[in-house]
Amino acid sequence: MSQHLESSPPVYAERNYLNTPATGLKSWLTTLDHKRIGVMFLIATLFFFAVGGLFAMLIRIELLTPGPTIMDAMTYNRLFTLHGVVMIFLFMIPAIPSGFGNFLLPIMVGAKDVAFPRLNLLSFYIYLLGAVIALGGMIYGGADTGWTFYTPYSTTTTTKVVPILLGAFILGFSSILTGLNFIVTVHTLRAPGITWNKLPLFVWSIYGTSVIQILATPVLGMTLLLVAIEHAFGWGIFDPGRGGDPVLFQHFFWFYSHPAVYIMVLPAMAVISEVVCAFSHKNIFGYKAVAYSSLGIAFVGFFTWGHHLFTSGQSAFNAGIFGVLSMFVGIFTAIKIFNWVATMYRGSISFKTPFLYFIGFLFFLFFGGMTGIALATVSLDIHWQDTYFVVAHFHFIMVGSTIMAFLAALHYWWPKITGRMYNERWGLVGATLVVSGFVFTFLPQFLLGNEGMPRRYFNYPERFQALNVASTAGASVLGIGFLIILIYILVSLKYGPVAGPNPWGSRGYEWLTPSPPPLENFDVLPAFERGPHEYHELPGSESAAPGAGTSHA
Amino acid sequence: MHSAVAHHFESLEKQGQAQRLGMWLFLATEVLLFTALFAAYGVYRYLYTGAFSQASRGLETWMGGVNTFVLVTSSFTVAMGLDAIVKGKNKRTGLLFGLSILLGCTFMVLKGFEYRHHFLHAELPGPFYGGPIAGSGGSMFFALYFLITGLHAFHVLIGMTVLGVIGARTWLGKYDAEHHVPVELAGLYWHLVDLIWIFVFPLLYLI
Repeated sequence: MSQHLESSPPVYAERNYLNTPATGLKSWLTTLDHKRIGVMFLIATLFFFAVGGLFAMLIRIELLTPGPTIMDAMTYNRLFTLHGVVMIFLFMIPAIPSGFGNFLLPIMVGAKDVAFPRLNLLSFYIYLLGAVIALGGMIYGGADTGWTFYTPYSTTTTTKVVPILLGAFILGFSSILTGLNFIVTVHTLRAPGITWNKLPLFVWSIYGTSVIQILATPVLGMTLLLVAIEHAFGWGIFDPGRGGDPVLFQHFFWFYSHPAVYIMVLPAMAVISEVVCAFSHKNIFGYKAVAYSSLGIAFVGFFTWGHHLFTSGQSAFNAGIFGVLSMFVGIFTAIKIFNWVATMYRGSISFKTPFLYFIGFLFFLFFGGMTGIALATVSLDIHWQDTYFVVAHFHFIMVGSTIMAFLAALHYWWPKITGRMYNERWGLVGATLVVSGFVFTFLPQFLLGNEGMPRRYFNYPERFQALNVASTAGASVLGIGFLIILIYILVSLKYGPVAGPNPWGSRGYEWLTPSPPPLENFDVLPAFERGPHEYHELPGSESAAPGAGTSHA
Repeated sequence: MHSAVAHHFESLEKQGQAQRLGMWLFLATEVLLFTALFAAYGVYRYLYTGAFSQASRGLETWMGGVNTFVLVTSSFTVAMGLDAIVKGKNKRTGLLFGLSILLGCTFMVLKGFEYRHHFLHAELPGPFYGGPIAGSGGSMFFALYFLITGLHAFHVLIGMTVLGVIGARTWLGKYDAEHHVPVELAGLYWHLVDLIWIFVFPLLYLI
C-alpha cells in the first residue's frame, strides 16, 4: 500500500475530511471529526497567539524609553497580565495538544476518531466559552495582577479580576476533557499491530501531557474559584487580615502551574521527536529512553512547584529539596536532547524549514534548561527572583521551545492537513527571522535581569535603556518573521503545489494515508508491521522490518 | 452489531472498556478538585487547632451521622439497581434509582436544616462570622465548611440528575443485560459522591 503511494506522482485526495460530508460552516461547527476539531483549535489558538503577540509588541514599545512612552503605568500592568493570560491559557496550553494532537493522535494510533467525539467537540466549545469570558473581562477592564493572580493583591485590586479567573477556570475543563479523551483513545483504540512499543513518540509525549492535564488542572480550577470567591465575598481563605495564608495560594497555584509548564513543553518535545527522525531520515536513537523520559518529566514535574517559593518564606530545608527535585527535570530533558542529537548523527539530513525550527528548539531548550538549573540553585535564585533573568529564562525554555515546535509542526504537517506545500524558500526566510528575532529579544533580558532590572515595571533607570532597545528591536524582527509566515502559509492554501501523501519521505504512520486524509483517516487500514521511526530500509520497501515492537503486548 | 456501538469502535465490549476508563479518569479529576480543599483544611487545622476542634464540636454530629447513613444506603440501592440491570430487570433498576434519588433528597433536606442552623447562629465565613470563637479560626472553619459541604452538595445534585436521567431511560428499556455501561457509570459517579462524604464527615464532624 505504502509502496504504491510513495512511488506515484503527488495527488490531491479528492474525497477528504475537508469536503466530506459537506463543506458548509454548519458542517464544521457541528462536526464530530477529530481532524476538523483539531483544525478549528488551530485557527482559534493562532488567533489568540496574534492577540497575545500584539500585547507583547505594545509592551516592548512601552519599554523603549524609561518612564511613560505610549501608555500609563496602569495600562502597562493590564497589558502584561493579558499578554500572560492569553499566551498561556489560550495559546500555549491548547495549541499543540488540542490542535495538532487532535488532528494527529487518532491517525497515529490507526483509529477512526478519538474515543469520545462529542466530548471532543464540547471541549472546543468550552474553550471558546472560556476565551470569550476571559476576553470580555479584558475589554471590560482587565486585571493588573499578572497571570499568576498572587494573593492578597488579586483579592483586593479594584480591577476586574473575576471574569478572567472564571475564564481560566472554564478553560481548564476544556483541557481536562481533551486529556481524558487522548488517554482513553491511546488505551482502547490502537489499531491491531500498534503495540505500546510501536507508538509514535508524538503519542507518548501527548499521553504524558494528558496525564498532567487531568491531575493538575482540577487543583488550579479550585484555586482560581477560591480567589474569585475571596475577591467577591471576602471569606478570607488567602487573606492574612482574616487569618488566611497567602503562601497557601502560591502552593496551590504552582502545584498546577508548574506542571502546566510541562503541559506546554512535553507536546513540543512530542513534535520534535517526529521532526528529527523525518528530516534526518534515521531511526530515533533510544526510542524507549525518549518515550519513558516523557513520563519521567510528567511525574517529577509534580514535585518541583516549591522552586517558585524560594523567597516566600519557605524553610531552607524545603527549598533545598525542591531545588534538587527541579534539577531532576534537567536529567530527563538532557536524556531527550542527547537522543535527538544522536539521531542526527550520521543521518541523511534535509535542511528544510521544520528542521531549522528543530535547531532553534535545541538551542532554546538547552540554553533555557541550563539557566533553569542555575535558577533551581537556591543561593543564585535569591538574587534573580523576579528579575528579567527569570522572564528571559521561561521565555526561552517554555515559550521559545513551544513556539519552535509549534512552527515545526505547522510546516511539517501542513501538507498533511491541507494537502498542499508551503513555499520552502520563504519558509526558511521566516524561520531564520523568527529564531534570530527570538534570540535577540530575550538575550538582552538575561543581561538586564543579571544587572538587577525587576520584572513587571513600566519604568527603569537610564542605564538599562540600551539593552531594552535591543530587546525591542529583536521583538520587531520576530514580529516581521511571523507576518511573513502568515502570508506565505495563507498563499499556499490556494496556490501551493499539491503535496501528495508523503512529501517528506517520512516513515510516520500518519503519512501512510492520503493528504488530506479521508473522513475516517484510512481508506484501507495499513498493517503497521514496522515501527513509526524505522528508516533503516529504503522508503518504499515495506518488507518485514525487524526492530522495536515486533513483540505484541 | 449492537445498535449502541459508535462507528469508530469495533465492538460493544471495546466501547464499554473505553467508557469505563474515561469515567475513572473523570472521577480522578473530581477527587483532585476536593483534594485542594482538603489540603487547605489540613493547613488551617494545623494553624488553628483549638478553634477548629471547638467549631467542629458545635456541629450537629447526629445530623451528619444520619446523613452518612442515608448516603451509604443510597449507594447500596444504586448497587442493587446495577445488579438488576445485569439480570435484565430494567423496571427494577428504574425503581431502585428512584429510591436512591429520594435518599439523596433526604440528605439535601437535612443539610438544609443544618445550614439554617448555622445562618441563625451566624456561624458563617469570613466577615459574616458572629459565633463564639475568638480570633480567625472560627470564621476560617466555616469558610472551609461551607466550601466543602457546598461543593459536595452541588455534586449530590448533579448525581441525582444523572441517576434521574439514566434511571428513566432504563425504565423505558434503553438499556438491557447486554448493554448497560451507562447505568454502571451513573452508579460509579454516585458512589464517588458517597465516598467523598465518607471523607468529609470525619474531617468536619468527628476529629
